[in-house]
Amino acid sequence: MAETKIEEKAEKKIRMLNIYIMGKHYEAPEGLTIQTALEHCGYNIVRGCGCRAGFCGACATIYSFTHDPTISYALACQKEIEQNMVILQMPFFPSTEALYNLEDLEPKEGENKLLELYPDLLTCFGCNNCTKTCPQDLLVMDFVSDALRGDYEKVHEKSFDCVLCGLCAARCPQGIQPYNIALAARRLRGSYLTPVPQHNLDRVKEIEEGKFDAELEALKKSDGAELRRRYAEREIEPAL
Amino acid sequence: MAYPASMEESKRKVEETRPRRLEKGPCARIPEAEREELVSKFHPDYRKEQFRELRLGPNKGRPAPLEIADVLEGNSRIDPDKVDIENIDYEVDVLVIGCGGAGGSAALLAEENGASVLIASKLRLGDANTIGAQAGTQGCDRANDSPIMHYLDIVGGGHFTNNPELAEALAKDSPDVIRWLESLGVNWDKEPDNSYHELSGGGASRRRMHSCRDYTGLEEMRVIRDEIRQRNWHGKKIDWLEFEPAIELLMDGKGQVAGAILMNLETKRMTIVRAKAVIMATGGLGRTHIQGFPTTNHYGATADGLVLAYRVGCRLVDIDTMQYHPTGAAFPPQVLGLLVTEKVRTLGAEIVNCDGEQFVHPLEARDTEASAEIRECKERGKGVATPTGELGCWLDSPMIEIKRGEGTIRRELPAMVRQFSRFNIDITKEPILVYPTLHYQNGGIMIEADASTPVPGLFAAGECEGGVHGRNRLIGNSTLDLFVFGRRAGRAAAKWVKEVKLGKLTLEHVRKWQRELKEAGLESMPVSPMLLPNYANQEKPVPGFQPLGQISGYTPFGDRAVRWI
Ligand SMILES: Cc1cc2nc3c(=O)[nH]c(=O)nc-3n(C[C@H](O)[C@H](O)[C@H](O)COP(=O)(O)OP(=O)(O)OC[C@H]3O[C@@H](n4cnc5c(N)ncnc54)[C@H](O)[C@@H]3O)c2cc1C
Ligand code: FES
Repeated sequence: MAETKIEEKAEKKIRMLNIYIMGKHYEAPEGLTIQTALEHCGYNIVRGCGCRAGFCGACATIYSFTHDPTISYALACQKEIEQNMVILQMPFFPSTEALYNLEDLEPKEGENKLLELYPDLLTCFGCNNCTKTCPQDLLVMDFVSDALRGDYEKVHEKSFDCVLCGLCAARCPQGIQPYNIALAARRLRGSYLTPVPQHNLDRVKEIEEGKFDAELEALKKSDGAELRRRYAEREIEPAL
Repeated sequence: MAYPASMEESKRKVEETRPRRLEKGPCARIPEAEREELVSKFHPDYRKEQFRELRLGPNKGRPAPLEIADVLEGNSRIDPDKVDIENIDYEVDVLVIGCGGAGGSAALLAEENGASVLIASKLRLGDANTIGAQAGTQGCDRANDSPIMHYLDIVGGGHFTNNPELAEALAKDSPDVIRWLESLGVNWDKEPDNSYHELSGGGASRRRMHSCRDYTGLEEMRVIRDEIRQRNWHGKKIDWLEFEPAIELLMDGKGQVAGAILMNLETKRMTIVRAKAVIMATGGLGRTHIQGFPTTNHYGATADGLVLAYRVGCRLVDIDTMQYHPTGAAFPPQVLGLLVTEKVRTLGAEIVNCDGEQFVHPLEARDTEASAEIRECKERGKGVATPTGELGCWLDSPMIEIKRGEGTIRRELPAMVRQFSRFNIDITKEPILVYPTLHYQNGGIMIEADASTPVPGLFAAGECEGGVHGRNRLIGNSTLDLFVFGRRAGRAAAKWVKEVKLGKLTLEHVRKWQRELKEAGLESMPVSPMLLPNYANQEKPVPGFQPLGQISGYTPFGDRAVRWI
């Protein structure tokens, strides 16, 4: 299997590191991620593993070191193991999310829907733990204060790369849910503040009215040679 | 910086040849006749010894990759004589198996159309291939475009092997899918005048790729997932079970699909769901590591839906053709096989060999591009070797900055910048080492245009279904496929449940399957569906202990016998 193959090869050349999984000592080759190190040590992961590529936030985890008990945060699939790392088991981060019906949420002048949904936004006292924790290096505290001001655009801009791992909320002493607030802000923006463009609506209508049906029907029925000719002769728009 | 000294020299050659390449532009495309020869000699789909004919089931006598044949011909995880299917845990109208984009959109549409819905998800909701999609979603909504042009691209790209009805549905629904996603709150990249910022893609004759930076799938998935949760919290009839994959379908005595048996991945207990319709949306199969290839796919991409549908009599189409993405990461080992989005090439990066020379046009079809890389590394010896023994070619990303201005990469490809900077590689200044990786299953469960299968009550949507793309899928058409057919499946299933009368639940099909396996001499095949790959290092295991995903005996759990570990 591909992943074991690298490990075998790696073992020949690469230094072995001491790691401690929930306090128990193991050795694993340098260069593995926390996720693959667990597997190297014989663990069959069920939870805390999704895309294995830094996109889904399933593998948010915490670790420390034998000589330094301060807790650090990472995505297990992206963080390389280090000497004397103490790996804590993948925690589960329960999320609390405000209830909303997107259809009733149209933002109006002078109203901050985010504050209505998440009144505890007001309790942020700027400790910046969220930003320090974010494995995507997002400016979490900044977009929390943008949310407080109802600036959907800025929240969208700053939070867009969020993988919803939940670490920011887990670290907030006030119980604020930055990632869920940002999700609501982005959905509001996408749905209301940037309307579906006319060129799309026009095309949807043309299709509904059957404008292309006859030609498509003919294409579907045309024999292979005709279809190949049409394909070969089609004009190709240059890339941007 | 983070490249080892052994690779530095070749990297320098890439830098040396860059000015000349920038001046000359990309090399010519490969003529059709040569292309066929190249692909048939080097593409993994053409390695006959890596396939075998299936020995039973609806595709009997037809080829499948060895790894897929193994799971398709697998033993059931349950003993039908020991399972009490009368002891029903959930009774719903529609059961959706899998929650990527296809399952998620099917669930929403089924709910909207009046059905009660339960989603069974192997991992968390949305831990799926969908979330990893980077480049974008096609939709023929610009003025110079049309479903006609889109249709031609789809069938031409598929080498004219597509099911025309499905290809038509894909093209015709595409603008509405884009609209629907935006109305739910997806933030498409836009131009200053609010029109969509649309890019071109390999094989597309118009610019019609809608993207959200290079996090398109993440944006689509987190919106769909949130909408499912919000509806549930508002008391709508939509619910889900996480970490409970389906391990077998249930039928009724009249040949209709009538629910499924799920397995709690942690406790290994079964859950019996009776449903009037089942929508299969289990996605792809990259984690079966066909031919030993690494993969871009998520942890749960193990072909489960193919296995379950096959056992109730669904035919699989084009299951002998896979898509190998030409730019899987080949270095560092921590990201081996992970996707480097095609967008890097659409933005202007070239692919070059160890001498910094181009050998293939950067925007050839994926099968051609991948074959050319394999030839360069394996036959011509012009690959770059990594310290762990992988081979790869350079993807010269810094060209993008030179061609399109500084800052382009950070703006258009933040996920890629982040991915590599975690390992001290700055892709705005340094090239990326790439090699083909197992990416996508072109074929799958045979469906009609309403996403129904020939087995009444069973629908299929997304990557697990086949025929839409024929033997080759174009970029941006899969994330489209899953919403087009996910929505169609949701609607059709909701309609079906209003009419259907279910008979008594039965596992007769499983008994029959086990009988046929025995007759074919295959009773010692591993159990399937695989559920999760087994990556645990099994040095010195306890004798007889086999983790999930591998063969073993029976482990009884009270009255419920699940064959697992
Ligand atoms: C890294 C990457 C990048 C991509 N980029 C693009 C792109 O830019 N454009 C494009 O068009 N396409 C792209 N694709 C392809 C596209 O994303 C996928 O084909 C598509 O998302 C599949 O969607 P799906 O809903 O069918 O399956 P998935 O999204 O994979 O969802 C299937 C779900 O079913 C679950 N499941 C599996 N088995 C079971 C079971 N037995 N019981 C219950 N649940 C189960 C899985 O865990 C998963 O959650 C990309 C794919 C990958 C992997
Ligand atoms: S497994 Fe998806 S982010 Fe790590």
